[in-house]
Amino acid sequence: MRGAAAVWEFVSKYGLIALLIAFPAYFAITDLSNGEGLTRIGNNLVAGLSNGSIWALVALGYTLVYGIIELINFAHGEVFMIGSFVAFALYGTLGLTLATGPLGLAVGLFVALILSMLASGTLNVMIERVAYRPLRNAPKLAPLITAVGVSFILQNVGILWLGSSQKAIPDLIGAQRVLVDVAGVTISRADVLAVGVTVPLVFLLTAFVSRSRLGKAMRATAQDPEAARLMGINVDTTISLTFLLGGLLAGAAGLINALYQTNVWYFQGFTAGLIAFTAAVMGGIGNLRGAVLGGLIIGVIQQISDNRIGNQWTPAVVFAYLVLIMVFRPQGLIGEETREAG
Amino acid sequence: MLPAAVALTALVIFPVFRDPLDSFLGDSILALAFVVMALGLNIVVGFAGLLDLGYVAFYAFGALATGWWASDFFTGVNGERGIHIGASEFASSLPGVHLNFLLILVGAVIITAIAGAIIGLPTLRLRGDYIAIVTLAFGEIIGRIAQNGDELTLIGDYKFSNGRQSISPIDQINLPLIGEFDQATNLRPYFWMGLALVLVVLFVNFRLRDSRMGRAWIALREDEVAAASMGVPLVKTKLMAYAVGAGFGGISGAFLGAFLNSVNANQFQFGFSIFILAMVILGGLGSIWGVVIGAVLLSFVNTRFLTQLDQGIGNDVLNALGLDFTFNEVKFGVFGFILVLVMVLRPEGLLPERRRKLELTEGVGTGGESVYEARA
Repeated sequence: MRGAAAVWEFVSKYGLIALLIAFPAYFAITDLSNGEGLTRIGNNLVAGLSNGSIWALVALGYTLVYGIIELINFAHGEVFMIGSFVAFALYGTLGLTLATGPLGLAVGLFVALILSMLASGTLNVMIERVAYRPLRNAPKLAPLITAVGVSFILQNVGILWLGSSQKAIPDLIGAQRVLVDVAGVTISRADVLAVGVTVPLVFLLTAFVSRSRLGKAMRATAQDPEAARLMGINVDTTISLTFLLGGLLAGAAGLINALYQTNVWYFQGFTAGLIAFTAAVMGGIGNLRGAVLGGLIIGVIQQISDNRIGNQWTPAVVFAYLVLIMVFRPQGLIGEETREAG
Repeated sequence: MLPAAVALTALVIFPVFRDPLDSFLGDSILALAFVVMALGLNIVVGFAGLLDLGYVAFYAFGALATGWWASDFFTGVNGERGIHIGASEFASSLPGVHLNFLLILVGAVIITAIAGAIIGLPTLRLRGDYIAIVTLAFGEIIGRIAQNGDELTLIGDYKFSNGRQSISPIDQINLPLIGEFDQATNLRPYFWMGLALVLVVLFVNFRLRDSRMGRAWIALREDEVAAASMGVPLVKTKLMAYAVGAGFGGISGAFLGAFLNSVNANQFQFGFSIFILAMVILGGLGSIWGVVIGAVLLSFVNTRFLTQLDQGIGNDVLNALGLDFTFNEVKFGVFGFILVLVMVLRPEGLLPERRRKLELTEGVGTGGESVYEARA
């Protein structure tokens, strides 16, 4: 028995990492043995990392909320989707078209970024107030069920807003224009934009959570809400703040996604939500750095799967990874053992 | 007993008073199929307290069983002569596999029960919301496999499914002694068949609930740790819940495949799982009669009520509010709204089970912990 336990421990510890590396490694080796060189896998990695930084922003929202009230905010993907929709609506309001000059575009997009962040943040706070707070003392599955309900309501708001098919929107920044080309591996404007917005936001967030007074209140509430309350922390406000932060990041991700993909769709939130949740779990839910790491890894997996296997299979590939993580390492790559891990 | 006997008799003779091709009769048949499905999900979610968000997987397998074994899907089998076991005279002349519907039911139950247990396996170490996500992931994976099944070649040249194209037509149900149904001229036999399935499943449900296994499920729902320390074998109990619940889904899926005369992989979406979950929640988690009522209500909301609303007062209300849409467009939004409303206002459902209600009001429940206690 002891041998079996040791094997299980070894598999849980390194199995997931091996599986993650095996995926890109397999295609890299096939490319090499076909004499194609590493250009294609290099491009996969670049696109994966930039797309992954969008997932990282969404995943942070899951991880923040889970860290504080142990709830999978199932509607978070839809908050991200609404962020995209608001961003697209703002193109019209702010008069951003393909003819807008570079300076006007930069100012306009910055305003759009702030506004779509605020819209998603407010929406997320409202969802918590209406659908989760009344159930805070109910069994744990009750708020999860309302979360699914809210997610469906928001999807249908999306259908009424922009219809049920994908909507192509103006490619304001020339997303696919190549900026850097190193031996065939190209970095486009969209890649730079995604990473350029994500990195500062992640730094701001981690600084806020680790340095500020409110961030300290958040961590205290996450550790023990009852004790935090006794220490004079307003737990309700702190939870609202957490939802606000998650929503702000989702809104930013929404705008980047609109610029990056140049289309918006009511269903984008569902897929993005599950991918980002997978990312959050992969990194270790409740762990901010883990969510970012998970987002980047999932971005790469998704990109390789889109490019090599076919994008109709990508959700199945991502979910297969989700199941594998749950089986072998529910605490994630850099998370601690949690109750869920049993 | 008397009211039950009267109600049953009324149900049995109801189709005779409707036109054989009545659309209301058709919608009632759908409702019966959904009752079977909701009762299956109720075993997993209501009795055992394992939130399954991927129930659509079992609908998919059940329906695919009918698609595989009651159509010309496997055209080339047996030198294009086909394999026929207990098939009707007409079906026996067609290529492909054609089995009697009762055999298909048995096959569907076996496939789905095994699939249920396999899906249950990775969730054994997990609790609560993680189970929900893993089952959801499996539901999506199986949906994807069915939707892209035309790219998957299994044994020989045979595909897993027809992909986005449906498998159609399906053989009419052909029962021993009774003969072959004919959907084109008479829907009544399908109603009686559906009713028979509901009665069997109801009977099994009541017997299971009061059995040793059923009590183990409820103990598991109330407090997993306490149940385990009282000697409830967790692995066996959980896997049984998944397998039995899945089996009912398979029965309903096989029946729906035959009744709808096609197996359309585009239906195998997350929304379907939520539709069934909403029935269980609306009726009352764990309450057998409640779930029956929830399933009938939501099924008719889906097939009739929303349309009537759009043609009548609903349209006036929306117009008065200056909104330009129909309720049918936002069907799933309506189901989502029902989920939120029931959970916030009346979490025990329309027809609560007494014991479950106590759990909810006393704060004992799935996992036995509130959000705050979870951290203690």
